[in-house]
Amino acid sequence: MSTPRSSSTSSPPQIPQSLTLAHTASSTTSSSSASGMRDAAEDDSDSPPSQMSEDDPGGGGGEGDRWEPDLRGGNGGGGRWAPPDQVLENVLESVLEFLTAARDRNAASLVCRSWYRAEAQTRRELFIGNCYAVSPRRAVERFGGVRAVVLKGKPRFADFSLVPYGWGAYVSPWVAALGPAYPRLERICLKRMTVSDADLALVAKSFPLFKELSLVCCDGFSTLGLADIAERCRHLRVLDLIEDYLEDEEDEMVDWISKFPESNTSLESLVFDCVSVPFNFNALEALVARSPALRRLRVNHHVSVEQLRRLMARAPQLTHLGTGAFRSEAVPDGAMSVSELATSFAASKSLICLSGFREFNSEYLPAIYPVCAKLTSLNFSFASLTSEELKPIVRNCVNLRTFWVLDTVGDEGLKAVAETCSDLRELRVFPLDATEDSEGSVSDVGLQAISEGCPKLESILYFCQRMTNAAVIAMSKNCPDLVVFRLCIMGRHRPDRITGEPMDDGFGAIVMNCKKLTRLSVSGLLTDKAFAYIGKYGKLIKTLSVAFAGNSDMSLQYVFEGCTKLQKLEVRDSPFGDKGLLSGLNYFYNMRFLWMNSCRLTMRGCSEVAQQMQNLVVEVIKDHSDDEGESETVDKLYLYRSLEGPRNDAPPFVNIL
Amino acid sequence: MAGVDVDVGTELRLGLPGGGAEAAKAGKRGFEETIDLKLTLPTAGMEEAAAVKTEPAAEKTKRPAEAAAADAEKPPAPKAQAVGWPPVRSYRRNVMTVQSVKNKKEEEPEKQQPTANAGSNSSAFVKVSMDGAPYLRKVDLNMYSSYKDLSIALKKMFSTFTTGNNLNEGKLVDPVSGADVVTTYEDKDGDWMLVGDVPWEMFVESCKRLRIMKSSEAIGLAPRTKDKCKNKS
Repeated sequence: MSTPRSSSTSSPPQIPQSLTLAHTASSTTSSSSASGMRDAAEDDSDSPPSQMSEDDPGGGGGEGDRWEPDLRGGNGGGGRWAPPDQVLENVLESVLEFLTAARDRNAASLVCRSWYRAEAQTRRELFIGNCYAVSPRRAVERFGGVRAVVLKGKPRFADFSLVPYGWGAYVSPWVAALGPAYPRLERICLKRMTVSDADLALVAKSFPLFKELSLVCCDGFSTLGLADIAERCRHLRVLDLIEDYLEDEEDEMVDWISKFPESNTSLESLVFDCVSVPFNFNALEALVARSPALRRLRVNHHVSVEQLRRLMARAPQLTHLGTGAFRSEAVPDGAMSVSELATSFAASKSLICLSGFREFNSEYLPAIYPVCAKLTSLNFSFASLTSEELKPIVRNCVNLRTFWVLDTVGDEGLKAVAETCSDLRELRVFPLDATEDSEGSVSDVGLQAISEGCPKLESILYFCQRMTNAAVIAMSKNCPDLVVFRLCIMGRHRPDRITGEPMDDGFGAIVMNCKKLTRLSVSGLLTDKAFAYIGKYGKLIKTLSVAFAGNSDMSLQYVFEGCTKLQKLEVRDSPFGDKGLLSGLNYFYNMRFLWMNSCRLTMRGCSEVAQQMQNLVVEVIKDHSDDEGESETVDKLYLYRSLEGPRNDAPPFVNIL
Repeated sequence: MAGVDVDVGTELRLGLPGGGAEAAKAGKRGFEETIDLKLTLPTAGMEEAAAVKTEPAAEKTKRPAEAAAADAEKPPAPKAQAVGWPPVRSYRRNVMTVQSVKNKKEEEPEKQQPTANAGSNSSAFVKVSMDGAPYLRKVDLNMYSSYKDLSIALKKMFSTFTTGNNLNEGKLVDPVSGADVVTTYEDKDGDWMLVGDVPWEMFVESCKRLRIMKSSEAIGLAPRTKDKCKNKS
């Protein structure tokens, strides 16, 4: 069990560790875009924040200490104790129904056994941030009345090809356990998990009341599985497929859209822009036509503007629209005119979120002018717009809160955003050319402009090649509400482009001045000093991403000792060795995971962690380096707390110490 | 100033000539260099990559002398790229790659492009399998106009199979053994050939399916089509 944090730091008085579970260190009441799964989606302004709390199901670390490990929830208990006061427990359950945030529920479950049981029966949403932290069996045994399950699998660096194929995070054992346990299950949300068509078929079969399926950054399934879901989940309301990687079918592609039965008229959200295969458009049109509750529709790039217009005519009530290719498929003289398309947009009076534009024809861009003033979210991040194309659009977007864009718009384009979008909360600027030596079209100039024009900014992701401390410091002062600050200077170890200094002071200012900061990604030339700042001031930081940074193990030590709320630490290509790793020994159990690749770790250091911390799983992932056998260096380390010990589905290249 | 880490001839792992995104900067490569590109990483490259690891915080200076010495006759090799850096999700990279290929196709005026059609008239889908990977992919060869484009796309497609680290620098390796891979194709006659030996158009016309296999297993495959042509005629 981890030792309680020393109270020598000037943090506000905390509930002593023995009462609060170490790892339920409170998250801030997150603006939902900063945490949880929907950070891959554009529109977080309307998703309920409480559901995406970052905590594990309570009882985790505390269980071994305080409760019988096989405590059963449920009326009448497991028969090992005198029957509790049934009336009191019923009353308690009615009250606890009102608690929705996992963090609150975790706390309630620790009061006493009676509360533990009542909470276990009334928890409706089960959030599991690491699918290997707890087994399906244990989760199902504890919680009796679950209606929604949120599961996260692979570590985030899997998105960048750093986790080899076949590593794990299979949803199969979960589906197998959830089926019999929760026949009334309505919602499943998965992120970075491997989901097979068989899994989807089993979901469709197991849950007759199933309503919502959300798959984010998942892989392993194809349109076959989607067809099963569409056809057999007769009450399906939400099918959100976000940045998934679908398999190809061996034979003919499956016409999955037409599998939605005529009787399904309750669809509210259909997001499938990542399903890149062609589909039956007429079936989609018919589906949209019979779905009066449909609010979100994001189609893939096989939809032309002519087809888009037809869809919009069928669903004037849409609030979120993914526009597909945004180009014409017709021969030139048969192509739709801009004004015709603009009429369609004008008729969609509820649109607040636009995305898509996957192969856009810039002549059609003015068609969206009628809705710009109402837009709160706009995603141009797959459209290489120039600043000249962007300016007339963004000039109208006075209510914009979320904006995703490619760096092709340049500092000029960002200036235009800064001039108009004073209410902006989230900005993401992606690189068109995501390589280290690319030119990079945005710089400190754009960042400075944004900081001056958008003082309410809460979340920023900014890819660039040229940055200055001054601009970052300016942002730290102009945007005090920042919760998420992710700056990626793409060239490795790049210093301040004007002074030549490391970027320490810039990031230091961010942690100093942005008192609500919970997520930080650093880049550029950084010394240990930056990490000293982070440890000293980053008291609310939950997620920290480090790449090509730091001088020595002291950096890690600063972070472990200072960042008392740290949950997730991901590090790559930095000069940290065993000493730095071991400085975190007392803190690992308070975190969800630690990932380190291409640093200076050795087997000895990792083994020592494994030996001293029995409640951690320490995975060392082998690389196929040419110096086989005697290699002492560890290229990839992934360690995480778990109630279950080493998993039994690890592939051969994973060595669990 | 970002480090320039010269990695000699290590960036191409698919056995296709001129493949790999960085090769564009290196200039054209002739067919005679195809064989070089299929071989295992020379140690020079590894040392340099190892040097990256041991002094990551130090300022890197250009090493043009080394590059020039190593590439006396060849165009300068592009800098080593780290896997997964910059941290842009593979999903996004794939989408942008496909987009840029499509844009390039439309910019080529001499080709007969269907005007507003996002795709091509006919598709030439072939299955692509990679040894050790549990599932296939399909590519439409008509979406690409050269081996280079195809190579980029394949690399992105199978990037999740890369057991990359700095040393490997994003090359494709067999997920089990870590050996280098080559790309082969089955032609109309059912023969398996190494990709890259015939003009692109001829390849598209005759290719029925693709297979990425270990270089060690590719020995004995027909490397030259001259013989085949002779046999046919």
